[in-house]
Amino acid sequence: MNAVAPRTNADEAQVADLRRFDPQRLLALVRKESLQALRDPSTLLIALVLPVVLLLLFAYAVSLDARGVRVGVVIESQGASALALATAFSGTRYLDASFAHDRREVANQLVSGELRGYVVIPQDFERRLVQRGSEPLVQIITDGSYPNTANYVENYARGVVQTWRAGLDVAAPAQTVELEARFWFNPELESRRALIPGAIAIVMTIIGTMLTALVVAREWERGTMEAVLSTPATVVEILIGKLLPYFVLGILSTLAAAALAVFVFDVPLRGSLAALLLLSAVFMVPALGQGLLISSVTRNQFLAAQIALFTGFLPAFILSGFLFEIDSMPAPIRAITALVPARYFVDSLKTVFLAGDIWPVFARNLLAMAAIGAMFFALARRATRKNLE
Amino acid sequence: MGSAPQGAEASTAAVVIEDLGKHFGDVQALRNLNARIHYGRLTGLVGPDGAGKTTLMRILTGLLVPNAGRVAVAGYDVVRDNDAVHVASGYMPQRFGLYEDLSVMENMRLYARLRGMDVEHNVGLFAELLDFTRLGPFTQRLAGKLSGGMKQKLGLACALMARPRVLLLDEPAVGVDPVSRQDLWRMVQALTDEGMAVVWSTAYLDEAERCESVLLLNQGQLLFDGPPQELAAQLEGRSFRLEDVGAERRAVLTQVLDLPSVSDGVIQGAGVRVVLREGADVEPLQALADRTKVRLGAVPARFEDAFIDLLGGGPGGTSALAERMPPVELGSDVAVSCRNLTRRFGDFTATDNVSFEVQKGEVFGLLGPNGAGKSTTFKMLCGLLRPTAGEAHVVGHDLRRATGEAKSRLGYMAQKFSLYGLLSVRQNLEFSAGVYGLEGGARRERIEEMIATFDLGEWLSATPASLPLGHKQRLALACSLMHRPPVLFLDEPTSGVDPITRREFWTHINGLARKGVTIMVTTHFMDEAEYCDRVAMLSRARLIALDTPDALKRSAASPERPDPTMEDAFIHLVESGERGMEAAA
Repeated sequence: MNAVAPRTNADEAQVADLRRFDPQRLLALVRKESLQALRDPSTLLIALVLPVVLLLLFAYAVSLDARGVRVGVVIESQGASALALATAFSGTRYLDASFAHDRREVANQLVSGELRGYVVIPQDFERRLVQRGSEPLVQIITDGSYPNTANYVENYARGVVQTWRAGLDVAAPAQTVELEARFWFNPELESRRALIPGAIAIVMTIIGTMLTALVVAREWERGTMEAVLSTPATVVEILIGKLLPYFVLGILSTLAAAALAVFVFDVPLRGSLAALLLLSAVFMVPALGQGLLISSVTRNQFLAAQIALFTGFLPAFILSGFLFEIDSMPAPIRAITALVPARYFVDSLKTVFLAGDIWPVFARNLLAMAAIGAMFFALARRATRKNLE
Repeated sequence: MGSAPQGAEASTAAVVIEDLGKHFGDVQALRNLNARIHYGRLTGLVGPDGAGKTTLMRILTGLLVPNAGRVAVAGYDVVRDNDAVHVASGYMPQRFGLYEDLSVMENMRLYARLRGMDVEHNVGLFAELLDFTRLGPFTQRLAGKLSGGMKQKLGLACALMARPRVLLLDEPAVGVDPVSRQDLWRMVQALTDEGMAVVWSTAYLDEAERCESVLLLNQGQLLFDGPPQELAAQLEGRSFRLEDVGAERRAVLTQVLDLPSVSDGVIQGAGVRVVLREGADVEPLQALADRTKVRLGAVPARFEDAFIDLLGGGPGGTSALAERMPPVELGSDVAVSCRNLTRRFGDFTATDNVSFEVQKGEVFGLLGPNGAGKSTTFKMLCGLLRPTAGEAHVVGHDLRRATGEAKSRLGYMAQKFSLYGLLSVRQNLEFSAGVYGLEGGARRERIEEMIATFDLGEWLSATPASLPLGHKQRLALACSLMHRPPVLFLDEPTSGVDPITRREFWTHINGLARKGVTIMVTTHFMDEAEYCDRVAMLSRARLIALDTPDALKRSAASPERPDPTMEDAFIHLVESGERGMEAAA
């Protein structure tokens, strides 16, 4: 071998250093990546503008609470009791009642979607009320094409009628048990308070998985990866150099979103900021790992974006318990959610914002996120070799 | 290692390749390769597209692992001492591999640090590299905003960080204009003088001729290893030129190429250059010269002659496509014209007051350095871009008012062929027929005709990406000719295409021109400029020269250079044009 070509001593010394992790090279890569991220308007758009837009959307536009649902109340009977019941419908802020004397008027409005349901107080209402043994009849018609709202209108109208009836001592059976409900963590049951912490998880998924998948795939696509691979930089340095800036960006974005949630949208932060940061940092591990894996396998920005959308963003949206409660999903879907890192993060975020530092809950979730993250990184490391094979 | 031969000759080898084999699935990219590359020498890695040049380059850089054999670079085995190879070698990939959103200086700093250099302590090397590449005034410019030639120089500067002993350049001159190319040559020459081993891969044969040594690859096999002159010498006495053929040169070339004794022929200005087959008699060619009343003279053999001959000679001279094409009838003799054509992008003027007229049946070339405004002018002429001022006409239609009519009378073939990768060959043909408004029987007939002419029958259900390069080019040409346009626009149609495929392409173009089709073409290949009837030379957005190739060459003649090449003429015109503009400013 020695006969083939002379090596120099300087070379030997440098080669000996090679396999060692070199902070100088890592720093150079981190600096390059940060410069690129700062110069690329789309990165900043995704990292800073998108969170604000999403939070505003979830705070104001999306609401799972039904308030002021438009219903009609048809008063066919002219009796005093019937009028009193009708007034009870207008006394609640959850329903927005409009009154009519003919059911044909409101039926058309239901068909055209102006009303979500209507209540008919029939002509014989007074008579039945007075007659012993015969219950007064009230009809409730709802729009079945909005099943949730229909259910809600039915239950609420029933409740109004029952409350009104309880108020009359005439024939009502004496109540033996009184139920008094309390909603912990979110006493006013405002969905905004539960949604905004979840929205932070969505934002982090976008930055961690989508952005990372795109920027690494871009290096392959533009041919810059080939040039970097031909330098002495190691794979670990290249990957960490790629991820570190996005990790920092993700944490900054979380902080901004949390500040927005607390100071603008009145979401309480009952736990500690340290716990929030720890949770976010650990969630970035599976999010970045997934992005890295996707880009290493596809090496193509378009494909990477599509796969990140279907395996990262949509599960975080649908299967994390952010919009739809996991407990009400069928068992097979529930099993799938166990693999969605966002699920553990949403749970943790809700806890840290609405309940406080509950470490047993955090520990469980941190462990799960770290485990999924480790799996992604192991797979990504295998998929990225220091050559083009 | 025991297998490496000992001795003084071996100790100077920068690269040792022994029994190298590499395959991708069933495709054998390299087979049984044995070669040595030496320090202090410029070695050309030459071959047609798909010969395995890039694969070999990537193996030398340690980015691909050989399936068989052994490769050592600067004494390190590319597999076992992979890390060491990355230290000892500098590599410039075929595609620009630098960060376009980083500035020149930031890119250089990044690569310096990745190669373990302390930037603060190497200010001298930076200054030297900037001076060497003449990038000094542009250190703050983003790499993406550099011209093609400047990008390559920056790539070279980055590959030279930490002074590698082996420099590997994969097609560094593709898409680079002659002026920048000359700069690259100068830089590489200086490096080899310092003792560096430089490997330059190329499909340009005039470049191969300038290398001190070449490795000629074809279909993964080494055909020749040695100085290019040695290969050219084998062809001595077989190269001739028919002088001053003039207007009939396309017809003469067709006849020449159809002679069984002829291996290769190209147009050079008003003349036709011919290479005879091995052992062939000059008599039939002489007879042809006598018949057409032109003088036949012997000329020195070029590397390119030997190259084409080694690969079995060029294609025939008859274009099946042009045979079937009916002669073009136009109302006027002027096919394309523009007057005071100007296009500004913000403050930047890309095309400045350009005027010319192109006759029917003319092959008209548009040449210029990168960033001179060729593409902008070209796009305005085929209606893809609106001029800021001035006007342009195609077969009498004003491109500003009747863009649609004008477009229906022109065919356009974009760089890189722009075929639809997800459609099959037949679907690509059907799409272009549909998009040009062919319907029913006429459409079926025309598609079948294209398939028969270009011999695409067995590829109909294949995707364009899987076609051999020559067929891909035929398909692109078929798509742009579907509606039999009287004017054909070709935007760098042969960039990155090997010499054999290019010859086939020009056979079609010559045939079309003889049928009266007007051809507008941009190119970086100076030998292709020779095929043109007239050449317009653009520099810094202005038209600096417009004449026949021979007249342009004559204008660059000087006592030191009595017989300048097209490339010399190009460099001379661009440089004197720039001096003129600076003097005016």
